[in-house]
Amino acid sequence: MASIRLEHLTKRFGNVVAVDDLNLEIADGEFVALLGPSGCGKTTTLLMIAGIYEPTEGKIYFDDVCVNDVAPKDRYVGLVFQSYALYPHMSVFDNIAFPLRLNKTPRAEIERRVREVAKLAQIENLLDRRPAQLSGGQQQRVALCRALVKEPEVLLLDEPLSNLDARLRIETRAEIKRLQKELGITTILVTHDQIEALSMADRVAVMHQGVLQQYTTPEELYNRPANLFVASFIGDPPMNLFEVRYRRGGELELPGGRALRLPEPLARRLEARRLEEGATLTLGLRPEDVELSETETPEGFPAEVYLAETLGGDLLVHFRLGDGGDGPRLRALTDPERRVTMGQRLWLVPDPNKLHLFGPDGRSLLAEAEEEAPVPHPQRA
Amino acid sequence: MRAAVEQRARAYRAPLNTPRTRLLRRFPTHWLFLLPMLLLVVVFFFVPVILNLILAFTDMTLSLRWEFVGLKNYVKFLQDPLIPQIAKNTLVYVSATLSINVIFGLFLALLTTYFVKRENVGLAFRSLWLLPRMTPPVVYALLWIWMTDPTEYGLLNMMLQAFGLPPLSWRTEYPMATIILVNGMVGASFGMIIFSAAIKSIPVDYIRAAKVDGASDLGVVRWVILPLLKWPLMFVTTWQTLSLLASYEYILLVTQGGPNHRSEVWSLYAYYKAFASGQYGYGAAIAMVLVAVAVIIALLMLRIFGFRRLMELMR
Ligand SMILES: Nc1ncnc2c1ncn2[C@@H]1O[C@H](COP(=O)(O)OP(=O)(O)OP(=O)(O)O)[C@@H](O)[C@H]1O
Ligand SMILES: [Mg+2]
Repeated sequence: MASIRLEHLTKRFGNVVAVDDLNLEIADGEFVALLGPSGCGKTTTLLMIAGIYEPTEGKIYFDDVCVNDVAPKDRYVGLVFQSYALYPHMSVFDNIAFPLRLNKTPRAEIERRVREVAKLAQIENLLDRRPAQLSGGQQQRVALCRALVKEPEVLLLDEPLSNLDARLRIETRAEIKRLQKELGITTILVTHDQIEALSMADRVAVMHQGVLQQYTTPEELYNRPANLFVASFIGDPPMNLFEVRYRRGGELELPGGRALRLPEPLARRLEARRLEEGATLTLGLRPEDVELSETETPEGFPAEVYLAETLGGDLLVHFRLGDGGDGPRLRALTDPERRVTMGQRLWLVPDPNKLHLFGPDGRSLLAEAEEEAPVPHPQRA
Repeated sequence: MRAAVEQRARAYRAPLNTPRTRLLRRFPTHWLFLLPMLLLVVVFFFVPVILNLILAFTDMTLSLRWEFVGLKNYVKFLQDPLIPQIAKNTLVYVSATLSINVIFGLFLALLTTYFVKRENVGLAFRSLWLLPRMTPPVVYALLWIWMTDPTEYGLLNMMLQAFGLPPLSWRTEYPMATIILVNGMVGASFGMIIFSAAIKSIPVDYIRAAKVDGASDLGVVRWVILPLLKWPLMFVTTWQTLSLLASYEYILLVTQGGPNHRSEVWSLYAYYKAFASGQYGYGAAIAMVLVAVAVIIALLMLRIFGFRRLMELMR
């Protein structure tokens, strides 16, 4: 097993910057997810770690040894490709045995290890088939077996679940997580699916246009997004974001002129930042952190319902803020038992302890000043 | 509402029931598409073969008068003292040139698509190898005649001189090697093009996966690229075997089959008999035997290589 450290890792293709000055530390045995929208440089990062791409700049360390000049075959990584890349001319058995045959493992041991790992992934009965005769989920397991059979130091998974249907994805998610904990292999999972990242990984690195946005635990990521990108990217339905004006003395002026009183610790923290009176900030409110009230309350804001959708266990209500229902749009999650009608006037009461505030540069204002640019401590499993 | 829908449906259906559309529907459209190719095959393959077949039973000579002579030409063929040598030459020439065409073509394709990482360098190199194919055969043959010139002005002899060696008469001393090289160099580009295209169509993830799994570059070639080139390899082998059996133009231009029949192959011999000595009937018989041999070889190869599975794979 190995720990991984990326230092100022950069990859340019011509003038496209695919990965931009990436710094990342992954502890031995840790499960880290690389999360970001399509084209943000996740696969590129993974392929650099595997040794397929040469970094334009920066260094990659395995256990404090720089591996920039080490060939892929000597890095002892197991890689599951987005496309699975199972060799079509080999049987499932031969596919899984391939890495062992290449490193000249004795025949009997190959047989034993292939069967062992196939059993782990529950594909023992498929060993004689060709990849073309397998379903997507089965192919995915074979690809995982091929990566695991050589007992790699590092396991790299490139969107391994994206070709599976919803049900199978949930099952496989749990299985991969269990397997990873059982084997204790340092693992990097690439995904654009936040649920996958948040549910499987010990820590999540969010990337956007090649730049690392935040690297922390799933809870932190959800509760304390470091910037506007993370705030809008994490969470489903997404966080409500709208512009507010800062007032000295711990108040925010919402669109429409009403004021929101900030809780004492938050007010003090903003005070410490010496923001200008009337500065434009962005307020973030998760749909689940908004209470609905039928009657006017002092902490509430009037809003008008313009759409309600049922999402399984929840009711998602879309509002327009303001007395005349002409302000910014806002979403709130509520109990499906509640009856709401279009055009109905309700009062929204935000949970004061779950507010998110972002400065004009898009960075979160919630962190203590000295806490800024936090270097999170590795979480040991 | 319903009436309106039905009316619209009738409007769609109506034209399909006129006499004209009924005729069209019965018209065998597929034959229309096959016709051009069928015409080509019939006019340029079956008709000549049948004419040739008929010709082989006649004693037609330069005077163009002819009579049926039955199997006389074939009997003559069996008794012809030159035939064993011609057959042996053909075997050596076809198998050696074929090896160059396939192996060297494969080597060039691997070199320019896999080992040379820069796309444009590979492309430039491949274009270079295509030059002989784009050059008119006479010009290409002239180049080889100059290269193998027996005086000290031939290119190969100039090289020998650089090492202080006396000039050689390449075409008379090594006629077979010369014609094999001449055809091998121009023929390799065919395999190169087919193999390059096939290598480029291999998903890059297969190659990456193999590298991560511990394969060296040669390992990637051996375990991933070559197995995936199975069908192109078989296709090029079959195709080149057949075209080499029938080809003689470069041999005619460079060594004329000489000296003393040492580089004379079957098709060239048929050409000489028919057009140089005017024995059209006998030349046709020699060519007929070659056609039969080629058909047998083609069927055998398709059988061995599993042509039917190849076709299934393409579906
Ligand atoms: N070989 C390449 N040549 C040129 N540009 C490339 C190459 N590979 C990737 N890129 C570019 O680099 C950026 C990052 O690509 P990458 O494949 O890492 O994205 P990704 O995060 O894996 O996206 P996805 O979720 O769609 O797989 C993209 O803008 C892409 O167009
Ligand atoms: Mg990708």
